Formats: sequence, C-alpha cells, structure tokens
Amino acid sequence: MRVAVMATCLGDAMFPEAPRATVRLLRRLGVEVDVPDAQTCCGQPMVNTGYLDEAVPLVRTTVSAFAGYDAVVVPSGSCAGSVRHQHRMVADRADDAALRRGVADLVPRTHELSEFLVDVLGVTDVGASFPHRVTYHPTCHSLRMLRVGDRPLRLLRAVHGIDLVELPRADECCGFGGTFAVKNADTSVAMGSDKARHVRETGAEVLVAGDASCLMHVGGLLSRQRAGVRTMHLAEVLAATADDPAGVG
Amino acid sequence: MARTFVGMPPFPVAARSALSDTRLRRNLAHATGTIREKRARVVAEVEDWEDLRRQAAAVKDATLARLDEHLLTLEAALTARGATVHWARDAADACAVVADVARAHGVDEVVKVKSMATQEIGLNEALAAQGIAAWETDLAELIVQLGDDLPSHILVPAIHRGRAEVREIFRTRMAAAGRPAPDDLTDDPAALAGAARLHLREKFLRARMAVSGANFAVAETGTLVVVESEGNGRMCLTLPEVLVSVVGIEKVVPTFGDLDLFLRLLPRSSTGERMNPYTSTWTGVTPGDGPQEVHVVLLDNGRTRALADEVARPVLRCIRCSACLNVCPVYERVGGHAYGSVYPGPIGAILNPMLTGVGSDPATDALPYASTLCGACGDVCPVAIDIPGLLVHERVRVVDAHRADPRPKPEALAMRAAAWVLGDSRRMALGERASGLAGRLRTRRAAPGGRGVLGWLPFPGSRWTGARDLPTPPVESFRAWWRRTGRDEGQGRR
Repeated sequence: MRVAVMATCLGDAMFPEAPRATVRLLRRLGVEVDVPDAQTCCGQPMVNTGYLDEAVPLVRTTVSAFAGYDAVVVPSGSCAGSVRHQHRMVADRADDAALRRGVADLVPRTHELSEFLVDVLGVTDVGASFPHRVTYHPTCHSLRMLRVGDRPLRLLRAVHGIDLVELPRADECCGFGGTFAVKNADTSVAMGSDKARHVRETGAEVLVAGDASCLMHVGGLLSRQRAGVRTMHLAEVLAATADDPAGVG
Repeated sequence: MARTFVGMPPFPVAARSALSDTRLRRNLAHATGTIREKRARVVAEVEDWEDLRRQAAAVKDATLARLDEHLLTLEAALTARGATVHWARDAADACAVVADVARAHGVDEVVKVKSMATQEIGLNEALAAQGIAAWETDLAELIVQLGDDLPSHILVPAIHRGRAEVREIFRTRMAAAGRPAPDDLTDDPAALAGAARLHLREKFLRARMAVSGANFAVAETGTLVVVESEGNGRMCLTLPEVLVSVVGIEKVVPTFGDLDLFLRLLPRSSTGERMNPYTSTWTGVTPGDGPQEVHVVLLDNGRTRALADEVARPVLRCIRCSACLNVCPVYERVGGHAYGSVYPGPIGAILNPMLTGVGSDPATDALPYASTLCGACGDVCPVAIDIPGLLVHERVRVVDAHRADPRPKPEALAMRAAAWVLGDSRRMALGERASGLAGRLRTRRAAPGGRGVLGWLPFPGSRWTGARDLPTPPVESFRAWWRRTGRDEGQGRR
C-alpha cells in the first residue's frame, strides 16, 4: 500500500511535530510512507472565508500532489474535512471536469489519522507509551464533519501508562474557527477561555487534539495564563514509546 | 418600542460590548444550558428522530419547489372559507395592510400573538406611527416591549433578562401601559407571571382587533396554525372581532396530514417539550364563533430571493424552533442583540443575508462570519438545514459581491497573496525558510519543547496576541526535515 502523509500547511510551517510524529508512527506500524514534495495547503482557509477562486489553485495542487497513492493520511480533522466536503465545491466553481474527476478520486482515499489507524489498519493499540495525565478535546470538524466518533479516544485509552481524564463540555467548540479567531477575536477568546478553564479543571498536564489549529488557539491561551498545561497533537502521543518518549526521534 | 435594530454596529463590534456584560453572560449561559439539556433529553426519547428530520426536510423541499401552486391553493381555500387574502411584496406593503384594516374598524389598539414575521417587518413601530398601539401578549415579548428593549432570541425574546430585571421593568413600566404591577411585587416567577396575567387580561377583554403570525398554513384546507405555551395566543385568536395574520410564504404545508410531522419535531426542538401546550388552528371565518373578519397577509419580504438561490433555498425550511441558537457557542456568549436582527444565532446569520441580499451593508455582510463553523447548529436542526454549509455559501456570496470593488479590502489582498505563496511548493518552502529565521529569534519565554513564545505582535497579528501567545516558527519546517532525514530514514527501514 502506497501511503502519503498530508502535512497540512500549518503542520508543515508551524507545527512540524505533528506530521513528523505521523510519519514515525506509521512507519512503526509497518506502513511505507511518502511525503509528496508538491503538497502545500488544502485551501480550507480560503474556502471558509469565502474566497473560492483563490482556493482553486490550491485544490489543483493538492489533487495532483496526492494522485496515485492508495491512501492519504491527514493529521487534521478539518483539513481532511476540507478535502472530503469542500473540494468538490471548489472544482465546481472552477468549472473544470478534470479537476472534478481528480477530487472525486481523492476523496475516498483521504483519511484523518484516527480513521486510518482504526478503520484501514485495524489497530487501536499502536504500542505507544505516554505516562502523563492527559485530556482530549474532540475538534469540531473531526466530530461533526468527519464523524470520527470515539476513534481517537479508543486509540488513547490503549496507550501504555496514560492517565486519560474526561474533558467537561468536551464537544463544545474551542472558538478557533479559522479566520474567525481574528475577525471575531473577542468572541473567539471568550470561547477559548471557557475551554481553557475546562482543561484546567481536569488537572491534566497535556491537552491532546487531532488538529494543530485548535491547539494553537487553546494552547496560546493556556500559555498566556502560565497554566502549566502543554498541548500535543494526537499523533505525538501515539508516536511516543518507552524508548522514544518524545516521539519525534 | 422606540428602539430598532437599524444602524447597529456590525457583529464583531456589537459582540465586543455584549461580551463585557457579565450579567448577560451569566443569564445566557444558564438559560441556553437549561433548554439545551431539555431538548437533548426529549429528542433522545424518539427512536426515529433522524428519519423524522429527513422526512420534514423532504416535505419542505417538495413544497418549496412548487411554492407558487401551493400558495394559490392556499389563497383559494382561505377565500372559500371567508378570509381575505392580501399579498405583500415587502415590509411596507404588509404593514400598510394591517394599518388599513385597523383604520377601517376605527381601532387605536391591537393585541398581538407572538410572531416573528411581524417583528421582521417592524409592524409595532409602523402602527405606532399611525397612532395605533400594538400590545404584545406573550410574557417575554411583554417584558421586551415594556423595557423598551429588543428581542434577543426567537423563542425566548427576553432570554437576556434575569428575574430581578423583569421585576424592575414591571414595577416601573407597567403603569404607563395599563394596569400597574402590584406594589408588593417580588421577583418570584409565579408572582411575575401573575402580574403579567392581570395586566394583560384587561387588554384581551377590551381589544377589538388582533394580529398574529402563523407557524403553519395548510394549503388544501386554508387552515392557519399557531403554537404557543401561555394561552395568550388563544385569547387573541378567539376574543376580538377582527383578526389579521401575517404569514411568510414559506410557512405553507400542502396537507393537514403534514402537520403531524412538524408538530412532533417543533416542540421537542424548541421548548424541549414532548407536546406543544396550546395549538390553535382556524380556517377562515366560523359564523358566530371567534373573529368574524379574518385577513391573511402572505409576506414575501425577500423570501423569493432565497427561493431563487437553489443552494440557499433550504433556509426556507426553517420552522423557527431556535434549537440552533441554544447550541451555538457563539450565541451563548454574545446573545441575540449582536446579530442586529430579530433573527439571531446561526439561522439569523444565514437568513438575514438571504432575505436582504449581501454586498451593500457591512452589518449584513458580517453576519455569515459570526460563526466558527463548528457544526453544532446543523446537527440539531429539526428540518436538517445544513447551516454550516450555508454559512460558507453566504461568505462566498459576500466575497463575490465585493470582487469588483475599486479598492479591495486588506483581507482580500492577504488571501490573494496567501493563495499565490501556497499555490506552489517552492514558493511555500521559501516562505518557510524566511519564517525559520524568525524562529531563531531569542524570546523572553520558552514554550514546552524549547520553542520561543511570542506574546506580542504588531497589527494585524495583535488580533491574535491580544489574549493568546504564539510559538515562534520552527527553525526547520516539516518539509525541510523530510528532505534532510525523513526520506532516507524511510528507505533505511524498508
């Protein structure tokens, strides 16, 4: 099986720990991993702000970069959701039949990380070890766009040594919302403050989620508060082992 | 009511002041939390809830696809049963019809059943301008009206008020509108309701004309339906001699049997009740019983604009239950006034731009952006409107409406620039090398993992760092790491 990792633009440029951990994790599970050089960004920031024309070149780039792989693994619920639920709209906008076919071909091959592990590889115990108190925030697009359900939690529960505590009001949005975070910064921060409060109530040392963007937002608030809680991508926790606690090699 | 939503600042500005109102925040968190839990409980009881949602969406879509025919059927049925049907293109048309009827009967006051359509057209203000007082009889609407306030929720328009505030409004404002509140009025909910009951009773008994909306209009029979919880609606619909109902054209359902579906979905979604307490139906004029002169104003006011947009059309399925408001994390924090319309929350963020059009009013253009696209609204909608999808659709329409602007907005320029950089992996890699240099900057604080912490950025970065830290960019991007080690490491392990 030829598997490509979609790093996502945020993962590539700002949070390389997440795609790096994804690569290491998949390799540990015996998957042959490739990272196509040509990939950039799925276009979600443009689509969700209403700039459809601007998203067209990015969707083209994504479709061609990931052509030919059996599976594309995305360590981000919202970027996987963008490919599966929004790329078609962009191809329609471009009125390009070839692009529409390319999107239709890419959509069923695109998997969010927890979906790929549980559904395609059929594993929940990935052999990880992470002896820390952890709480998990299920990000909105994983939950309500992709419907990943409890897959991430099943993966986390199988991690050796983990002390996993439930996050109060877990399914409520953290307030990031892409450009919402700056266009409506006050409301975004008000929502994020409540999320950060719930995180602190758990006494967790680490907040885990499947989207670097949401973690950047809640993590930014926790850092400002000197809350003593760090954020980690789900892939980082699953990549961590007793021999390699940091999980990034 | 002197206050209107006209001229209110755009959402981000209005939200900012709402967020600093601590009492509002507490009232809203408590009230929406309570309704949310009630709804979730009673919806969980219905095994085939998802089927009901799909059926309701299908009935509405089929009706909207042939709305012209159903409206003519409705008009014929209403006329045959002695009602007078009026067609209103816009708010001014509809208000004029109601005022004309009032003048024809020489009345200077009307009692009102809670109605979103009459709020939408600003009927109370239009009637006041002609010297006709319109008395709201729904408890929450009464609180809003006496307080010279604006509604902030579709179902619970005074949701932003606590009971101490209600007591104060009743104590100081009731006398000017009729029977005063008792001197010993407490903030006990039963006492407050009792005061409202006494205040309203004299209006019910005196009024010769009533104005209502309708939750549903059955085309085949000409039957209008109002659902309410207090019995005030039934008073208005039965006691006066003249009844005028302002009904949005999307309220039509083809047959009486269709009501079954909607009367199961609406109460559970709306008040969290299994069954609606007062469901009134009336069909034209019944000789010797109830109002002897019945008018129905069929209101367009932008609905045909939404109807013409095939993507946006499902917004007209909306049955005004307000479940989307109660689950919306944005609404829960800022309340309804920030949306600048009688339709707040997620549904308002798509409905208002669709009714009025985008591209000319900054406040309207800001509404589709008043959401994180978290999707909670779409999940609870009883008629399965894809609210997050339509929010994106409306954003696209806003952007497209401004594409020809002589001076593009900074945001548009930024998006174009970002699309150019991200349109090619070599350009993106160059950008990452530049940001990697910034990653070498020494900062005062370090984040876990050793990266620096940016606590302050100049505008527009200050929008982020006003309350949130940002890690410094990594010295090595993922792309660079893969080039340096990843690929080889991968081959080594194969």
